[in-house]
Amino acid sequence: MTWSEMRPLLEQASWDTFYMVGWSAAIAVAAGLPLGIVLVLTDRGGLLSNSLVNKVLGQIVNITRSMPFIILMVALLPFTKAVAGTTIGREGAIVPLAISAIPFFARLVETSVREVDGGLVEAVQSMGGSTWTVVRKVLVPESLPSLIAGATTTVVALIGYSAMAGAVGAGGLGDIATRYGYLRFETELMWITVAILAVVISLIQFAGDYAARSLHRRGRGSTAPRLRLLKASPSPKSAEPLTGGPAKTS
Amino acid sequence: MITTTGLTKVYRSRGREITALDGVDLHVGEGEVYGVIGQSGAGKSSLIRCVNLLERPTSGTVTVDGQDLTALAGRGPRAGKELRAARSRIGMVFQHFNLLSTRTVQDNVELPLEILGHSGRARSRKALELLDLVGLADKARAYPSQLSGGQKQRVGIARALAGDPKVLLSDEATSALDPETTRSILQLLRDLNRSLGLTVLLITHEMDVVKTVCDSAALMADGRIVESGTVSELLATPGSELAAALFPVSGDASDPGRTVVDVTFHGDAATRPVISQLSRTYNIDISILGAAMDTVGGRQIGRMRIELPGRFEENVVPIGFLREQGLQVEVADRAAPTVADRAAPAVADCAAPIVKEGAK
Repeated sequence: MTWSEMRPLLEQASWDTFYMVGWSAAIAVAAGLPLGIVLVLTDRGGLLSNSLVNKVLGQIVNITRSMPFIILMVALLPFTKAVAGTTIGREGAIVPLAISAIPFFARLVETSVREVDGGLVEAVQSMGGSTWTVVRKVLVPESLPSLIAGATTTVVALIGYSAMAGAVGAGGLGDIATRYGYLRFETELMWITVAILAVVISLIQFAGDYAARSLHRRGRGSTAPRLRLLKASPSPKSAEPLTGGPAKTS
Repeated sequence: MITTTGLTKVYRSRGREITALDGVDLHVGEGEVYGVIGQSGAGKSSLIRCVNLLERPTSGTVTVDGQDLTALAGRGPRAGKELRAARSRIGMVFQHFNLLSTRTVQDNVELPLEILGHSGRARSRKALELLDLVGLADKARAYPSQLSGGQKQRVGIARALAGDPKVLLSDEATSALDPETTRSILQLLRDLNRSLGLTVLLITHEMDVVKTVCDSAALMADGRIVESGTVSELLATPGSELAAALFPVSGDASDPGRTVVDVTFHGDAATRPVISQLSRTYNIDISILGAAMDTVGGRQIGRMRIELPGRFEENVVPIGFLREQGLQVEVADRAAPTVADRAAPAVADCAAPIVKEGAK
């Protein structure tokens, strides 16, 4: 296979992946965020403590998460048909991708929101804030860096799942790698696809980490020590006093 | 201003019942700084949380500024609109400040105003005004993490005042601060109490806090109020644990043949040189074993433990003189004079309970 043959394939596949992952991630965040918050609020001792609702939702989340994606996709066929009007192609893949990512993200949201200091909730209650105020002014803003990190993880996981969307003819990079690279022994194309995926995932992770960290920094102040795994990108405004940075000299 | 009657709070967890509050009757007058003191687990936190119904009392009523909050609470765990409106008129400051880390100082102070639905301009004007009041006008744009503990608590106080409350609840507000900062925060509370006519209910485990700012105090133990009253009332109460703890005196008799007397100074008597008068009038040598004096509300107040030569029987007249001067006098080991007569170590034993209270 020559590059001129590969190029249109790769372009189409990249676009398909972007389209599927973009939509399903948007749906997953839109639905997973409230679901995760409801899981926290209805938990025992929560603001809307309701063990029945909590257990039912928790079980639904667990069951959905325990299903292998390919099985889930088949099981959802009638639902997909009803929602998207088709069970094949990119639109047909978005529904199962979103459905599998919602509980995944919801659990991440639950963990993040649980980390928020209960004292802040109490403070807002003492000012006369309602539960909705607590969610809007405390739980979401205070856990935002962690929520962004969770959303990043969800997007990366969705890119992985989207490889299986080829089973319903949705295309995408993973599908190209399987069909051309693996089944037709186009090793070169397979590696190129893998390389593209690696770069894309690195970029998403980097962007997510950057966003989470800059929010975190704003909140916690510049004095808090940060764990630096990469030596890259020294902060442009690192004009801290000399006593500030023993960690930075490494 | 704040009245609780028969306030009871029982926590149930895994079939076990823990009574945190056991019929608490508290009355805080308007414009008063009222301190509730007690050890950890005495029920102080539950009490203050019941006052704005962050905790639902199991039974009893809470009335703040003439409004029965327990009647507003409804049955469910959620706070209804009326209760939330009532809460917004009660300020609260916390031990760990509870400031939102993602908001600037000014935005933190604006938060209660956002909840009240004030417009953006009115909010920022009020917030800056309050920050000025607590002496942090220059920190409006800073984030809480850039502030020291004392500054954070000032922001907490400014935030608590945003809704123009008549009542301020302080939940161990100075317990996470160093002594110097504690003093400045207490001074601020005192100033606000005077300038705004703010009624302050504070809970603490530090006697110093009560001594520094409180007009009245209550001692809690095992979910009950053991003693309560104004600081001078408490001092005037013979055998008051709180008075003994506020003004601890200790020291044992140097000889079994001598009399140890605790003298409590309050009111006008505190300013007169009674001890030297006593010494001169009866020509006796007085040794001071211990003393705790303080200025509360501009007046000298406190207790002193002195030793007079001779047994109690020989000192009836000098003790009478002290009583005549308007001082309250307790003879430390008179409760068991026979024991004192028998053996010296027993005297120390008798004095021990008073010493222990003082050490608390």
